[in-house]
Amino acid sequence: MKEELLSQLAEIVGEDYVSNRPEELYLYSRDPGAQKPRRADYVVMPGTVTEVQQIIMLANREKLAITPMGAGLTLSALTVPLKGGMVMDMKRMNRIIEVNEASRYAVIEAGVTQAVLRAYLEKNHSHLQHSTPESPPTATVAGNILIHGHGHLTPRYGVNSQMVNGMEIVLPTGEVCKLGSCSVSPYWFSRDPLPDLMGLFLGWLGTTGIVTKISIQLFPKPAFRDLLLFVSDSAELIPGIIAELSQINLLENCFIITQEKPKWAQQIFYIIVVSGESEAEFETKKELHNRIFQKHRDKVSPVNEEPALTQLRERFLGVPPFAATAADFRKGGGFEYTGAILPIEVIPQAWQSGIEIAHKYDLMYQLGIQLLPNGHSVMLAYSYPFNRAYEDEAERARGALDDTNRLTLELGGVVWKPELSAQKLILEKMDANTCQLIDRIKKMLDPNDIMNPGNWEVA
Amino acid sequence: MWLIRAWMEGEIKWSESLGKILYSCTTCNNCVQSCKFPFNNDIVNIIIAAREEAVANGLVMPGVARFFRNIEAYGNPYRELRENRGRWAEAMKIEPYTGQEFLFYVGCVGSFDEKGQRAAKALGELLLTAGISFGILGSAEECDGNEIHILGESRIFQMLRDRNAGLFEKAGVKKIITLSPHSYNVFRNEYPAGFEVFHYTKMLRDLIKEGKLKSTSKLNMRVTYHDPCFLGRHAGEYEAPREILKAIPGVDLVEMERNRENAFCCGGGSGNFYTDFSGGGENSPSRIRVREAYKTGANVLAVACPTCAVMLGEAIKDEGIEEKLIIKDISEIVKESAFPHNFQ
Repeated sequence: MKEELLSQLAEIVGEDYVSNRPEELYLYSRDPGAQKPRRADYVVMPGTVTEVQQIIMLANREKLAITPMGAGLTLSALTVPLKGGMVMDMKRMNRIIEVNEASRYAVIEAGVTQAVLRAYLEKNHSHLQHSTPESPPTATVAGNILIHGHGHLTPRYGVNSQMVNGMEIVLPTGEVCKLGSCSVSPYWFSRDPLPDLMGLFLGWLGTTGIVTKISIQLFPKPAFRDLLLFVSDSAELIPGIIAELSQINLLENCFIITQEKPKWAQQIFYIIVVSGESEAEFETKKELHNRIFQKHRDKVSPVNEEPALTQLRERFLGVPPFAATAADFRKGGGFEYTGAILPIEVIPQAWQSGIEIAHKYDLMYQLGIQLLPNGHSVMLAYSYPFNRAYEDEAERARGALDDTNRLTLELGGVVWKPELSAQKLILEKMDANTCQLIDRIKKMLDPNDIMNPGNWEVA
Repeated sequence: MWLIRAWMEGEIKWSESLGKILYSCTTCNNCVQSCKFPFNNDIVNIIIAAREEAVANGLVMPGVARFFRNIEAYGNPYRELRENRGRWAEAMKIEPYTGQEFLFYVGCVGSFDEKGQRAAKALGELLLTAGISFGILGSAEECDGNEIHILGESRIFQMLRDRNAGLFEKAGVKKIITLSPHSYNVFRNEYPAGFEVFHYTKMLRDLIKEGKLKSTSKLNMRVTYHDPCFLGRHAGEYEAPREILKAIPGVDLVEMERNRENAFCCGGGSGNFYTDFSGGGENSPSRIRVREAYKTGANVLAVACPTCAVMLGEAIKDEGIEEKLIIKDISEIVKESAFPHNFQ
């Protein structure tokens, strides 16, 4: 049966683009995070929308699970099958179809990576940019959007899933569907004012369909850009400073970080990215932000000392910022973080508890906040690097992640891109009717339960 | 990297498919340059170590095993007789090495492949014209062992290295000019100290600057230059080849989109010019690279490595653009400019 399915898949995509060889399945059965491997039975790489449709029809006939995958970098194993079946790797669908300069959007296929889009824009539309996440350049643009990812323009313009103008979807029953203005117009310029169907596919972790094309908003690239760096010892100050930053609402990006190693990094650093089209605008923005921090000069001071100054600039000035140059990765390459989407007022408690959880599991703390749009909330990333060679260390990282996810929910926050155990915690806490609505939508769209089954599974 | 680890820990077994994955790596060094992690410098070393493990366990792929056997038995991968190694120079005035200032080390591809021989002849003639004191080892020349080393056959590599190093020492070699960046790499990094090594592009660049090589005619060429991995990313030499091309009247140098540190590999490293694990299909590295070159509008694809010449030359034929884009080694272009009437 397995070989027959393999040959049917090969008929659709060609022999080079389907595999059940152990080496390839090994790679598709895990991700770089701390979750335990789960077996994939096949991997298939479609090159066209028609091939995606044909694979879905086959999966429906055979009741075979499909787990769609971009670059597989969620770190929470969201593209590792929970119930076997095939991983549908979208990397071959990597065309940049259109860049509309006037309405500032790009229409791309699902396998286009952050690096490719960035390089393409730099070469062909150098005054435009997309919101680029702090992830490896091989991460796909669509994958990041579909998990409500954040980019370097998020504080100013929104979470990346809010920047979607339109989508082309292959539904779990095989129909191709266009969403947004492209459903009635040749322009992929807006998701309004139609019924907003995009929400049926954003944050659903591949359980409601396969996105094959996506239109994302582009933004002007400013002529001037720099960092303002401040340091403090008090987590209690964070909500007030965020409120003041939001009041003037002029920053491009904002991080608030601390980490246990190296020692200089144990303080709380504010990294404010300021940009402007003219020098006057740029200088004014810097001045206004400086004034905010000067008001707190008894507790906050500018970063003037090395190595903090150089290392923070190296890490955060680039687009995307290079986490790897400063983060305290362990030998052995294991790394996972949980992103807590939090209301502003709980930050001090979440911060302190994060440090305690890391120490409870004999891990080093690394906390990093990114401001979310207009300072209405934050994403607090609790990172737990571990050495992949030591299962006990991975187990401790998993324990810390679980505790942190519970903490997030207890504080009234929500876990971002939740791994299976965190999804269960969320569903346990979720309003019962909301759970039922999720279940009904999934069953309506995916009657054979083939799409990344096991995720958002309502008991 | 994950697969190597899984294999070492017994999570997956050796298979033909795993072998293909392991041996299709050309050690182009792009991963080393691009990776932001502190272990980046070890990535290629890890690949080599895994191949050494495969050799130690008798698991090498048949094509690789054939490559090893041929090198061990014949001193070259092509099963050519040793006495024919210097035949490319027979009609030339190049002398055997007898203590001249430079040894011109030609390498296997330069000695036996037609495209490599053309480059070797052109370079030999240029060195003679410039009055450089040099000689070749001819039939005494031995494979440099670069590919053997990176394919993990440490026993044969040690044998080649010891034999070559002994030969160089006995002959009093103090300075070596290499045709191939692969030889340049292994002599610099894996051989005992005792001699200086120069890739020929540096020599030619300096000779042109010093006025010892002069152009006598204006060429009419639009040229794009392909950076060889073992000269570029492995050795950091990006400018000498470009300076040469820019110095030739009538050469219009245009860059491919991916150049210098970002240059795309021809797919020939790690013995793939012989074992060919990446194949010759439409998406093979050499064909992708040739399409990139063609896109520039160049009519000449310049190389500074005989292995690249072999790989890209084949790809040009496979793409069916041999009448629009031709491969030339930089030495051939310089020679064409210096001796327009003798050029073949």
